[in-house]
Amino acid sequence: MTGHSRQRPLRFVHQGRVVEIDDLPPMTTLLDWLRLDRRLTGTKEGCGEGDCGACTVALGRVKGGRLVYEPANACILLLGQIDGAELVTVEDLAAGGHLHPVQQAMVDHHGSQCGFCTPGFVMSLFTLYQDGCVAADGREAVLTRIAGNLCRCTGYRPIVDAALDACSQPANDRFVTAAAATTAMLADLADETDLFVGDDNSFFAAPASLDALCALTMRHPDATLVGGATDVGLWITKQLRTLPKIIHTGRVSELRRLDQGTDGLAIGAAVTYAEARGALAAVDPDIGVWADRLGSAQVRAAGTIGGNIANGSPIGDSPPLLIALGATLHLRHGGKARSLPLERFFLAYGNQDRAAGEVVTHVTVPRPEAGEHIRAFKIAKRNDQDISSVMGALKIGLDGCRIASARIAFGGLAGIPRRSETVEAALIGMSIDDEAAVAAAVSRIAGDFTPMDDHRASARYRLTVAGNLIRKALMEIATGSRGETRIAHLREAHHAA
Amino acid sequence: MRHDRDIGALRHVHRPLKHDAADRHVQGSAPYIDDIREPEGTLHVAPGGSPVARGRIVRLDLDAVGTAAGVVAVLTAADIPAVNDVSPVAGDDPLFATEGVEFHLQPIFAVVAVTRDAARRAVAKAVIEIAEETPLVSVDDALAADADIMPDYAFRRGDSAEILQNADRTLEGAVRIGGQEHFYLEGQAALAVPQEDGTFTVHSSTQHPSEVQHVVARVLGIPDAAVEVEVRRMGGGFGGKESQASHWAAMAALAAKVTGRPCKLRLDRDDDFAMTGKRHDFLATYRAAHDVEGRLSAVEVGFASRCGYSHDLSSSINDRTMFHADNAYFYPNVVIHSRRMKTSTVSNTAFRGFGGPQGMVFAERLMDRIAWATGRDPLDIRYANLYGTDDHNITPFGMTVEDNVAGEIMRRLEASCDYRARRSEITAFNASSRVLKKGLALTPVKFGISFTTTFLNQAGALVHVYQDGSVHLNHGGTEMGQGLFVKVAQVVAEEFGIALDRVRITATHTGKVPNTSPTAASSGTDMNGMAARNAAAEIKGRLAEFMARHWQVPVDTVQFRNDRVISGENVMGFAEAVKKAYLARTHLSAAGYYATPKITWDRASGTGRPFFYFAYGASCSEVTIDTLTGEFTLDRVDILHDVGRSLNPAIDIGQIEGGFVQGMGWLTMEELVFDARGRLRTHAPSTYKIPTARDVPADFRVAFFDDANREDTIYRSKAVGEPPLMLAISVFSAIADAVHALRPGRAVVLDAPATPEAILFACEAQLAGGS
Repeated sequence: MTGHSRQRPLRFVHQGRVVEIDDLPPMTTLLDWLRLDRRLTGTKEGCGEGDCGACTVALGRVKGGRLVYEPANACILLLGQIDGAELVTVEDLAAGGHLHPVQQAMVDHHGSQCGFCTPGFVMSLFTLYQDGCVAADGREAVLTRIAGNLCRCTGYRPIVDAALDACSQPANDRFVTAAAATTAMLADLADETDLFVGDDNSFFAAPASLDALCALTMRHPDATLVGGATDVGLWITKQLRTLPKIIHTGRVSELRRLDQGTDGLAIGAAVTYAEARGALAAVDPDIGVWADRLGSAQVRAAGTIGGNIANGSPIGDSPPLLIALGATLHLRHGGKARSLPLERFFLAYGNQDRAAGEVVTHVTVPRPEAGEHIRAFKIAKRNDQDISSVMGALKIGLDGCRIASARIAFGGLAGIPRRSETVEAALIGMSIDDEAAVAAAVSRIAGDFTPMDDHRASARYRLTVAGNLIRKALMEIATGSRGETRIAHLREAHHAA
Repeated sequence: MRHDRDIGALRHVHRPLKHDAADRHVQGSAPYIDDIREPEGTLHVAPGGSPVARGRIVRLDLDAVGTAAGVVAVLTAADIPAVNDVSPVAGDDPLFATEGVEFHLQPIFAVVAVTRDAARRAVAKAVIEIAEETPLVSVDDALAADADIMPDYAFRRGDSAEILQNADRTLEGAVRIGGQEHFYLEGQAALAVPQEDGTFTVHSSTQHPSEVQHVVARVLGIPDAAVEVEVRRMGGGFGGKESQASHWAAMAALAAKVTGRPCKLRLDRDDDFAMTGKRHDFLATYRAAHDVEGRLSAVEVGFASRCGYSHDLSSSINDRTMFHADNAYFYPNVVIHSRRMKTSTVSNTAFRGFGGPQGMVFAERLMDRIAWATGRDPLDIRYANLYGTDDHNITPFGMTVEDNVAGEIMRRLEASCDYRARRSEITAFNASSRVLKKGLALTPVKFGISFTTTFLNQAGALVHVYQDGSVHLNHGGTEMGQGLFVKVAQVVAEEFGIALDRVRITATHTGKVPNTSPTAASSGTDMNGMAARNAAAEIKGRLAEFMARHWQVPVDTVQFRNDRVISGENVMGFAEAVKKAYLARTHLSAAGYYATPKITWDRASGTGRPFFYFAYGASCSEVTIDTLTGEFTLDRVDILHDVGRSLNPAIDIGQIEGGFVQGMGWLTMEELVFDARGRLRTHAPSTYKIPTARDVPADFRVAFFDDANREDTIYRSKAVGEPPLMLAISVFSAIADAVHALRPGRAVVLDAPATPEAILFACEAQLAGGS
C-alpha cells in the first residue's frame, strides 16, 4: 500500500504463541485456515453460512480491561478479522490428560450423540464458562448462548444440563490461570498501526483510524467493506464471489465508540450487537428481547449495527427498530461528513444513499421522551437465529389517552425498511382505548405496503400480522401490561410495561 | 427405572454407560469422513446440477469448466464404465442425467480438482441449455396429471362404504403433512481410494455400506469383492444416508477410477439440501363414521405422497404409512388407500419413522375431529378407540396386536401428568384470556418393529479374541450417534464377563461382515446385538470346553464373570485362559448371525405378520398460542415410553428426547418450500429452521414404561430409534386444541407444519363467518 508508512501483517495468539501472517489470500476463512492449512480438524463445517455453529471457536479479546472470550463462527469469519485476538479451538481445552470442565460435563450428561455438533457446543459453553458464574437457574443465559448451535440428535436437554453443571461455578481452568499473561500478549499486539496484507490489486486491510479508513476507501472505492462478515462471509462461501479487496472496519477506533450522551445514544458503525445490547436494552425491555433473538451469540459477537444498516437488506432487524426510535445516520466520504434521518438512507431494494467510498460512521438514537412508549416485535418461524418474516417497531407518544405521536416501522413488508405513514397519520389524535377506531386505522396498513410471498411467509400473513402487531402494541400500552399478550419466552425478560 | 431382577447379575447391560466416543466427541478427536488424513495427491469432487427442474438437455458445454484453474477432470455419464445407476431398488437413479433432467440441481456432471474450492468454482462455469418443460412440483400437481410413479395399494376390511352411507355421525376432511429435511450435521461425504488391480476402498458416511459397495461395483463394472466400504461413524443419518449416500460414494469412486488418484466428495450444505431426498410430504383425505361415544365404525383414508422423480425406497415407505394409519386404534371397517406420486423433485427417501409418522398424524387428527364433533375430551375419544387385548385387536393388514400396552401407558401418563386437572385449568384460562389460548393433548404411539421387506431382517457380526484377552468387535450395524456401538459392546462384554474397555469397537467394514442390511428400521441393536452375542457365545463355548478339559470339570460348570473364568474353586484370569486356549489350538474367532423370527409378509395378498413386535409410548404436550401472530410456545411435555428393558438407559433417554424434538421440529417449524419452477427455496439452515435449545420446554419429563419385551429380543429390550419421533404428534394436536378453543365445536383447519402463519390462519378460519 504505497503512500502509507505505518502498516503491518496479521497477528494473533494461538496456543500460547503469536502467529504472524503476511501472505494471506484476502478471502481466507478462519475455518479453512484451521482445517486445510493447520490440519486441525476438530472444528467442523456443518453449513458454511454461520447458521449451525459446528465451526464455533472462541476469540479472546481484552474488553473493558478484562479478558473476554466470545464465540465465533469460523466458517464465515475471515482470518484477517481475528487480528489482535487469542484464538481458542476445541483441541486446546483438554490438558494433561484431563478434559476441560465443560467437556467433562458434556460427557457426564450424555450431551453428545453423533458428535459432529459437539465441538461447537463445547466452544460456546467454554465462552459461557469463562464469563463466570451462571446462576443455578440460569437456563435463559444458557439458551441464549447456545441458540446458534444446532444439534439434530439430543434434543438439547442434556447439553443444557451440562452447561448449568459446568458453568455454575467460577471459572477455574488454565485459561484463567494464564489470563494475565494472555492479556499482556494481547496488549503487545494492540497498536494503532494499520493492518495491510497484500498489494494494491488484492489485499486484506484493517485500518486503525477513521482517517486511514476513509483514505483507503477513497483510493479503493471498489473494495468490499466488512464489519462482522456475517453476510459478506456468505458471499464467499455460498455465492463463490471473488472479493479481491477487503477492508475490515473492526479496528477503526472512532467506529468502535459507544457513547451515552444526554440526548441519546451514539453507536459507532463497528460496534457489535453484543456490545450495543446493554445500552439499547436500557431503552425498553422489548429491545433486550430483540437483542437476544437477533442472530445468535456467534453472530452478535461479530456482526455490527453499522453493517446491518449499510448492507441495506430489506429484512435486517436493526433498521426498523432504529427508524421507529427516530435514529439519525452519519456518514463520511473522504473528509466530508453528513447526516440524515435513517429512513432516508434506504432508497429502494438494494439501493442506499451511499456513494462509492463513503462509509457509515455511526448512528445516533434519541432517548424517548416522557409519555413515549416503545414496542418491538420480531416474527419468525423460530424464536432464535431466524430471519424475520416481519420485524415491527413502534414509538407511540401519549397525551393522556390521546395518541399524540406515532412512529411505526416495519421490515419484511417492502424492498426496504419503511414507516407505515398512513397508519401513523390515522392514529394521531385517537384515544388509545378506542378499539374500533384503532382497528379502522390499522386496517389502512394495506395502503402502506405491498409485501411479497416468499419462503418465509406469504404476503397476506405479513400484512395481517403487521396490523395485528400494531393492535397488540396499542392494547398493551393502553392496559399498561404485556403479561396477557406475550407467550412465555417473549415475556420472561419483561419487567416493566 | 427398575432393573432389580437383572441388575445384580449383570455388569454392563441395563446400565447408563456413556457413548463409546463421548470423550473424543468433546475434544474434536473423533474423525468423520472429511477429517480422515487425506492420502497424498487427493483430489476433490463437486457435482454440477441442472438449472431447471424438468426438460431436455439441449447443450452441455463444459469447455470452460475443464480449463478452469485447478481442474484435473470433468466427469459426465460418458465416463461411466458400466451402469449409470445408483438406485437402491428400481434402476432409475442415474449417477449423471443424460438426455432429460427430472429435478432442479439433478447432477449432470462433476468436476475433479486439486482443491474443493477450485472444484466448486469451476462448476459454475458450465454452459447448460435445457428445453424446459412444466414441472409437476407438488402432490396436487401430480394428482391433477395422474402421475403415479408406481401402482397404488390398499388394505381393506369390511364394508366401510355401506356404513358411511347409512351412519348418523360421519365426518370428512383432509390434512396436509409436510416433508422434512434430515439436516444431519455432517453432510454427505465419501473418500474413494484406488488400490491395486482395479480395486477400491471407499470411506463413506452411510447407513448402508453394503449398498454403497454394490452401487460402486455396479457403476464401475467390477465385482462386489473389488470394493471395500468402511464407515466408522456418521455425523447423523436419520434415514438420509440409507439409500442416498451411494450417489456420492459412486461419484467419488468414478473420479478415482478416471484419475487414478484418491478422490473426496463432500457436498456443500446447499447442494445436500437440493440433491438429496427428504421425508415424503402427504395429502391425507378421509371420511369416517362413529357413534355418539365417538367410537369408530368405519374409516376410509386416501394417502397421496410426493415421491419425487424416482422410486428410491418409496414403495416400502408408503406401505409403512399404511401400516401406521391406525396408530393404536381399531378401525372395524376400513379402507386405507395409497397413491405414490411422481413429481419433478428430488427423490424422497427414508427418514426416521419411514412413512409411519405421516400415517399416525392422520390417525390423531381423526381422533381430534371426533372429539370436536362430539364435544368430548379428545383423550376419551382416544381411549374409546384403542385396540383391545382379546378382541378388536386385528390391524387393517390382518396382524393380531398381541402386546398391546398403549392403554396402560396412556392411563399412567394421564395420572402422572395430572391431565384432568390441567384440562380444567386450561379451559378456565381460555375463557378469560383474549389474545393467548392454551391447548393440551395426550397421544399414543404404537410402532411396528421389523423391516417390512422381510429379507432385510438379518444381521452378522465378527468377533475375535486375541491372545492377551482383548476383543475385537465388528458387526454390520453403523454408528450414526444412536449409541449402537456401545450397546453391542455391552452385550459382548457381558457375554465374556470382561470389562467393557477390553472390547475394541471397530469400524463397520464390508470386508469383515458381508451382505449387511442398512442400519435402519430401528433394528440396529435388536439384530446386531443378537448376532454379536451369538458370535461371542460361540467363542465362549469353545473356551468353556477347553477350560473344562483343562480343569477336568463338566463344561456347564464353567462361568465367565468379573474378568475371570470360574468353575467351583478353579479360577483363572480371562486373558490367561485365552492364552492357554490359543496354545492348545482353540479357534478364537467367530462370525455370528441372526435372523428375526416369527415374521412373514406377503405384500401381494396383504397377509402375514410384518412386525416382530410393537414399541409403544405416549406423550402429553401443553402449548400456548398467540392468536394475533400465530407464534406458540411448548410449555410442558410429559413422556412415558416403552423401550422394553433398556439396554442402556442413558442412550435410550437420548433417543426419546432427541426423537421427540426432531418430530416437534417436523410438525411445527421445519418447512420445505418449493417454488412453482420446482426449486427448493429453503435450502440451508438460514431458511430451513430446525429446533434450537429454546424450543425445548424447560418442563420436559421423560420416563420409561419399564416392562420386559414379551418377545425374545436382546436382553428383552425394545427398539428405540424411530418410535419416539412420533411422540411429537401431541404437540401438533395441542396446537389444534388451542385453536379449537377460539370456537369450540368447529373443526380446526390446520396443516403441518404448524408455522406461525399456519396457526394464525387456522385462528382466522376458526373465527370466520360469525357463529
